[in-house]
Amino acid sequence: MTDRYAQLVNTPIGKLVTKQIGLPQPPRLERYQDGAPVITGPVLLGAGGSTGEAGASRLVGPVAKVLRAIDADVFTAMDEELRTAAAEAKLDAGVFNPEAAPEGQRFKALIFDATGIESSDELARAWAFFQPAIRRVLPSGRVIILGTPPEDCATPPLAIAQRALEGLERAIGKEAKRGATSQLVYVKPKAEGQLESTLRFLLSPRSAFVSGQVIRVGAAAAAAGKVDWEAPLNGKVALVTGAARGIGAAIAEVLARDGAHVVGLDVAAMADELSAVTARLGGSFLAADITDDDAPAVIADHLLGQHDGVDVVVHNAGITRDKTLGRMTEEQWNKVIAINLTAPQRITEELLARDAVRRNGRVVGVSSISGIAGNAGQTNYSTSKAGVIGFLQAYAPALAKRGLTINAVAPGFIETQMTAAMPLAIREAGRRMNSVSQGGLPIDVAETVAWFASPGSAGVTGNVVRVCGQSLIGA
Amino acid sequence: MNATARRVAVLGGTRIPFARRNGPYARASNQDMLTATVDALAGRFGLEGGVLGEVAAGAVLKHSRDFNLTRESVLGSKLAPETPAYDVQQACGTGLEATVLVANKIALGQIDCGIAGGVDTTSDAPIAVNEDLREVLLEVNRTKSTAGRLKALTKLRPQQLVPAIPRNSEPRTGLSMGEHAAIMATDWGIGREEQDELAVTSHRHLAAAYDSGWMDDLVTPFLGLERDQNLRPDSSVEKLAKLKPVFGGPDGTMTAGNSTPLSDGASAVLLASEKWAKAHDIPVQAYFTDAQTAGVDYVHKREGLLMAPAYAMPRMLARSGAALQEFDLYEIHEAFAAQVLCTLKAWEDPVFCSERLGLDAPLGAIDRERLNVHGGSLAAGHPFGATGGRIVAALAKALSETDPARPARGVISICAAGGLGVTAIMEAAHD
Repeated sequence: MTDRYAQLVNTPIGKLVTKQIGLPQPPRLERYQDGAPVITGPVLLGAGGSTGEAGASRLVGPVAKVLRAIDADVFTAMDEELRTAAAEAKLDAGVFNPEAAPEGQRFKALIFDATGIESSDELARAWAFFQPAIRRVLPSGRVIILGTPPEDCATPPLAIAQRALEGLERAIGKEAKRGATSQLVYVKPKAEGQLESTLRFLLSPRSAFVSGQVIRVGAAAAAAGKVDWEAPLNGKVALVTGAARGIGAAIAEVLARDGAHVVGLDVAAMADELSAVTARLGGSFLAADITDDDAPAVIADHLLGQHDGVDVVVHNAGITRDKTLGRMTEEQWNKVIAINLTAPQRITEELLARDAVRRNGRVVGVSSISGIAGNAGQTNYSTSKAGVIGFLQAYAPALAKRGLTINAVAPGFIETQMTAAMPLAIREAGRRMNSVSQGGLPIDVAETVAWFASPGSAGVTGNVVRVCGQSLIGA
Repeated sequence: MNATARRVAVLGGTRIPFARRNGPYARASNQDMLTATVDALAGRFGLEGGVLGEVAAGAVLKHSRDFNLTRESVLGSKLAPETPAYDVQQACGTGLEATVLVANKIALGQIDCGIAGGVDTTSDAPIAVNEDLREVLLEVNRTKSTAGRLKALTKLRPQQLVPAIPRNSEPRTGLSMGEHAAIMATDWGIGREEQDELAVTSHRHLAAAYDSGWMDDLVTPFLGLERDQNLRPDSSVEKLAKLKPVFGGPDGTMTAGNSTPLSDGASAVLLASEKWAKAHDIPVQAYFTDAQTAGVDYVHKREGLLMAPAYAMPRMLARSGAALQEFDLYEIHEAFAAQVLCTLKAWEDPVFCSERLGLDAPLGAIDRERLNVHGGSLAAGHPFGATGGRIVAALAKALSETDPARPARGVISICAAGGLGVTAIMEAAHD
């Protein structure tokens, strides 16, 4: 599970040698430490259009409020409308003038509200914001572009300009150095108030291995009320399938850290490992095979009986049975589809039918880069994981009506026992072929799940967010 | 005690030309310069031999023997020795603060007239004994027995011969004024060119004032100097652009051209009640109507060292009911071009005005055509204690020349070391 190459590169001699011979330079990614602030360095906030009363840059104000809430050290250009927006958010923002800024001035994050960019000509404003600032981004820095979903744009030029942002954001992600990430967040009109949980996640080291993503934020599925950002899942019950080890155990751990009572589920053969995990987290466990006919009913009975329902359902359980298609047995095919794709549907259906998921509840699926790009030797697995994307897309509208959200994470190369068992060459290729030249950790997937699970993420539904360090595969 | 405040008249002021450090005034002491300036003022208004209510003045860099600098200057001047005097010391705010003190006593009826002024020499700077040496000498002095004294003297060391030279630095940060101003320039994103432009404007304005004879009654030649030595009438942005940064590191924006040089000089202003002015048949140039000082926490709260005037101004404006734009003339002390530009930006900035000043709306921009119209400190130089008097005198004269058909007001803003700022309002005496 250890990435010895990354360790080598991060020693002085190792860095010298590997750099000389042109090998990848995986940076040390900052990761969230308990109790740490959301962001530890200065944030530069800019806008691509007027932010005034009738202005089109509608997100500057809401972003400024979030930055105030997280007590960020914010800078803006000396632009009257930007400064007014900052003042209205009670943000004591500093001034950044690229013409007069000292060489050493650095930013931990660049946030650019591009909603005011109404035509392709005006994309030059994005250049004007990023050009003098991009080389000032600190290690493990963040670039966040905010736009309007092209499908919600009133005119073709606006829709085109907003769609163009995806290319900018992804290219910035690939240019980014030293563990910096880049994201695009499309915020639906009137959903400006739903940004906070997403901004907090993207700005913080919790999103260390998430880059090059396009995230959509819409109207809230249910009123979230006031969110306790220190323990957002306090009083919530979370079901995590496949929780005995690997990514599932990490998800259980992070949800418990955020305050949830975790009900871990795994097959009976894993009961010892599973009970150890949930005991450590103060949760409880349920041994069941999710492909059993009565499994959905057993799960629903347990959740309703023991906890009066559930708030967060994470369909993490998954298996691989790799063979090229011509050599794959029917059993190998069926088992993967049954566990990875059919079981999440059956469990979700049952929980919904019995009204077991409480209001402002969350369903989270686990897809995979394999499901997006397709992997040789994984026709069954790729099919199941692409199906998970279909699963959330199919359910999202109906769930929204019930005040629930549904999203999926799509892990790329994550350092687990599964990847440790890969042949060296394939493993190295998987690890290095992304923007940060390294594999992610189970915690990276877990943090992303926790962001979906947060009661503050009521406006985040129907998203597939890859946790892949902007993998070259499936981009 | 007087129940109502009296109007305070500014009758006029004068100064000696300001010299650069180690220039023509290299051998002149603070007392020499202040005495000469008080005499010049007394001569102009026929005050020789007269007893005034008081003289308040001061210097920033002072010898320990000058504990009574202003009183000694009065005793050496043509004023009657019965004129009381005292020293004021508030860094670069000294001259304006002295004016406030004299004005307040006149307003309250405690005195009828007085002189406010200030002086500084950076050439004849006080050099103190080494602090270690001082302690040894004091110990010797405390010890009674000869043996004990000899024992104390054994603590003498050669390195104690190195004297303590006054430094232009903030005791609590160790940074020089210029380094602090460079931090402010960075904080506010002030560019090199706008600073150089402000400096050039200052030189052009002052040169024009001298060329037109406007300065004649404001300046009294001293030790062969007739104009401010620092004045460069042919200064240009192109020339200034060639200078290397002196503060803020190699990519800094502050140069010797857009920062004031260390200088020597003195100024004095005559203030009085309207009744006294009338009795002495001296026309009133302007009224000194309000003032405000402020301090900022530049040590712990990250505020800029020289930003205090930005805080003083809105408090004064709120009291007087005036908007920042309603003044006919603005006198902002140009300690550094960056300081002026930071102050102006701060007043225009919604964030600063809301978060730091607690205002509902920004104070807004001023008409730059009305700023330092007869030149500022960048051109004239800045003997710390003398700048307030220079500005009060020049503003009073400028106000006296405004259209008599309508009221005119001027405002002063002076930053000072220690995170201090002094502002004041003056009105033309057109009634």
